[in-house]
Amino acid sequence: MTEIDAIARELARELKKHDADYLEARLEESQSSHITYRGKELDAIGRSTAAGGNVRALVRGGWGFTSFNSFDELSGRIAQAIEQAKSAGSGESSLAPVEPAVDEVPAGIDRNPVTIPLAEKKKLLDEYNDVIWSTPQIQTSNIGYSDSRKKVIFLNSSGSHITQERADVALRLAAIASKDGEVQQVGLSLGSRGDFSAIQGLHEKIGEMSRHAVEMLSAPQAKGGEYTVVLDPILAGVFVHEAFGHLSESDFIYENERLKDIMTLGKQFGGKHLNIVDSAAVPGLRGSYKYDDEGVPAAKTYLIREGELVGRLHSRETAARMKEKPTGNARAINYGYPPIVRMTNTYIEPGETSFEEMIADIKEGIYAKNWYGGTTSMEMFTFSAGEAYMIRNGKIAEALRPVVLTGNVFNTLKNIDAIGNDLDMNEGGGCGKGEQMPLPVSNGSPHIRIQKCLVGGS
Amino acid sequence: MEHILAQATKVAEEAEVFQVSSEETQVRFEANRLKQLQTKQQTSVALRIIKQGKTGYATTTSMDNGRELVNNALETAEFGKVAGFQLPGLTEYPSVDIFDDAVNSVSTREMVGLGEEMIAAVIGHTPEIVCEAVVHRGVINISIINSRGGQADYRKSFFSLDIEGSLIEETDMLFVGDSESSCHPIKDPKTVTNLVLQQLDLAKNRATAPSKQLPVVFTPNGVASAMIMPLMSAFNGKTVLEGASPIGNRQGQLVFDKKLHLHDDATISYRPGSRPCDDEGIASRRTALIEGGIVANFFYDLQTAALAGKESTGNGSRSRGSLPSPAPSAFTIAPGDTTFDDMIKDIKEGLVVDFLMGASQGNILGGDFSGNVLLGYKVENGEIVGRVKDTMVSGNIYQVLKDITAIGSEARWVGSSLQIPHIYCPGISVASKG
Repeated sequence: MTEIDAIARELARELKKHDADYLEARLEESQSSHITYRGKELDAIGRSTAAGGNVRALVRGGWGFTSFNSFDELSGRIAQAIEQAKSAGSGESSLAPVEPAVDEVPAGIDRNPVTIPLAEKKKLLDEYNDVIWSTPQIQTSNIGYSDSRKKVIFLNSSGSHITQERADVALRLAAIASKDGEVQQVGLSLGSRGDFSAIQGLHEKIGEMSRHAVEMLSAPQAKGGEYTVVLDPILAGVFVHEAFGHLSESDFIYENERLKDIMTLGKQFGGKHLNIVDSAAVPGLRGSYKYDDEGVPAAKTYLIREGELVGRLHSRETAARMKEKPTGNARAINYGYPPIVRMTNTYIEPGETSFEEMIADIKEGIYAKNWYGGTTSMEMFTFSAGEAYMIRNGKIAEALRPVVLTGNVFNTLKNIDAIGNDLDMNEGGGCGKGEQMPLPVSNGSPHIRIQKCLVGGS
Repeated sequence: MEHILAQATKVAEEAEVFQVSSEETQVRFEANRLKQLQTKQQTSVALRIIKQGKTGYATTTSMDNGRELVNNALETAEFGKVAGFQLPGLTEYPSVDIFDDAVNSVSTREMVGLGEEMIAAVIGHTPEIVCEAVVHRGVINISIINSRGGQADYRKSFFSLDIEGSLIEETDMLFVGDSESSCHPIKDPKTVTNLVLQQLDLAKNRATAPSKQLPVVFTPNGVASAMIMPLMSAFNGKTVLEGASPIGNRQGQLVFDKKLHLHDDATISYRPGSRPCDDEGIASRRTALIEGGIVANFFYDLQTAALAGKESTGNGSRSRGSLPSPAPSAFTIAPGDTTFDDMIKDIKEGLVVDFLMGASQGNILGGDFSGNVLLGYKVENGEIVGRVKDTMVSGNIYQVLKDITAIGSEARWVGSSLQIPHIYCPGISVASKG
């Protein structure tokens, strides 16, 4: 894997020759493997290698972006990106200043997950699948494992030359139970920044997941309406990512005057106990890195501190336009796409309430755990719990079918009235924005309690 | 490609090389202004081999990596699935029109012009709106060769317009938008922008929905956002084979309303979902999935069909460089005989759902859908009175599509591969903050 190093050296010289307000290039090579099971049998297994790059140019506020697999005629690609930027630009270029960096960042793992023999990966997945299938009334299972290792070289016209390597492991499992034409499923998503051992030793957890899928066949559906809802750390993490995190992405805000009004720094969004953070600088999580895809160093950014809006996520352009500091949140899923403002590791900081205290005074409420997914329209969010239980008189009661929760972000943040002491990060997420998904991120939270949350149901 | 096939057949009984290469251009507008021009050149090569009866698989982005590709495929073949199928030999394909050279000659300037026209039309109607728009064109070349002499080679052009607008007042947000796609260049953006203007008109006033069972009209976008995912899953031959489809053992039975007809069709002229053959070289066709409410067929690729004792329906699809698996090419629901206006006139109190957000997060396999009405309207005494918010709509397709009041008289393309009419349902569960 040295080919792109040589190309990078040549490209770095080329970038200096051209005439644009700003120029950058990314070169990437990657290897990956994947194994999927549908039912008892292995369904697909494969290995991939890929190499490609892109050039991005900024002229008078307009961007040109060209991506390619073929490394021939690179100077032509640069000229093309500049031409495009010229056609798109009619204003003024504006980028927050960043010190050029020359650096090499290793993947930071002992063992490359991609080169672990397929036999070893398959053996582990076989064991997990056996656990699912040994549960009575299980109809079928789905397992998807993937790993990757990539090397990305970032160059720009200010002299940055950054080589970063990273590895990623992701595992998703689902147990599907069925009886009399009724089908229910429960899933589990995990991941790590390249550490294969993070997905080992899950046998017991997977057994629990499978039994729960069967249990749901006879569970009642929640009655639709407003409830006091307690979210577990996984689901609360999805909530903070979907409902609030996306609103903090400045590319939505910086040219939208009305949204700027809503997201004015200093506004009170929740109680004094509410603190929300995004940080790629926490080491070792799936959303962690040293530099983003514009060569900006990662930072820990408070979005909400003591209930007050204090920050947001930036690319160099949005930071300059909003006269704020860059936060190092410009990311691209791969060389085929330009970097856009994205989250990294997003979490609610822990408070002091224990889980028992949190549910103690709930007469009738819902305890929602685990997740299928979630989407947001900025103001409104909807996210779905993989598991749900009634809370009756301060105790967890009967299991329910999966529930979908929805609401207005602003009201819901204000309605969070208790924050637990048990922060947990979920590494199984993949975030989608525009065409770019899944991007490795992590979400986290302690247990939280929300008053008056709308739950869909019968 | 031939040299990779030759290397692979030296070490395996069967082999197939699949190559996709594309060149595309996008013009992107943000906040009502031209923001970025983008081009993308992409090639991927996939090798599938059968060695000692088992499937091996690898992909790469460069033809120069032939040896590595063959070695990677060989390693995976040791663990691969037993191949129950035979690769197709030389086949005659139907002629499906999917290439229009005119797409290549649309200049960047013309694409910029189309984007400007779309935005001008929308802000001319509602000056405070903030729009994002994308004009996209491209050409894809697909080649397949295999060790049984099978061979396919075709190119497809595509062109699309996309516009989304957000209108924000205080913390109240309204999102509107639509898109259009074709293998021809799209010269007139009015089809798209008129739909957006209509959405803005209907959403002008606010209305409240009660929490109860209500008659609901799903627009084509509404049907796509709420019900298509569960249908795709239920008719997928793989889901059926695994016993996870609720209708897997009901072929030939009346499961849905008699008015409902659903086809998968890869042969419609100049549609981006069309093609002469699938990604395994099996000839394209039109497959009936629901005929008059009766479960007619499921859709298959080669491997799934072999295991199920069926024939491939030409639905072998390779998404994101993976092995082929069954996927629809284009889902078309046949139009009925009731106009949208007549549906509305028929409703005393009900809803129109134009977009259901997050509907496919629930138990898709079981047919459930449940989501927030991101764009939807209240109907009172035969008239649309305004937009509803803070409202959830939930149901199960096996109940909802069993008893349909009426199907719309016009089917519309939603995205590139769904053709859907309005569907009017008598009673859907609605939960609302009012």
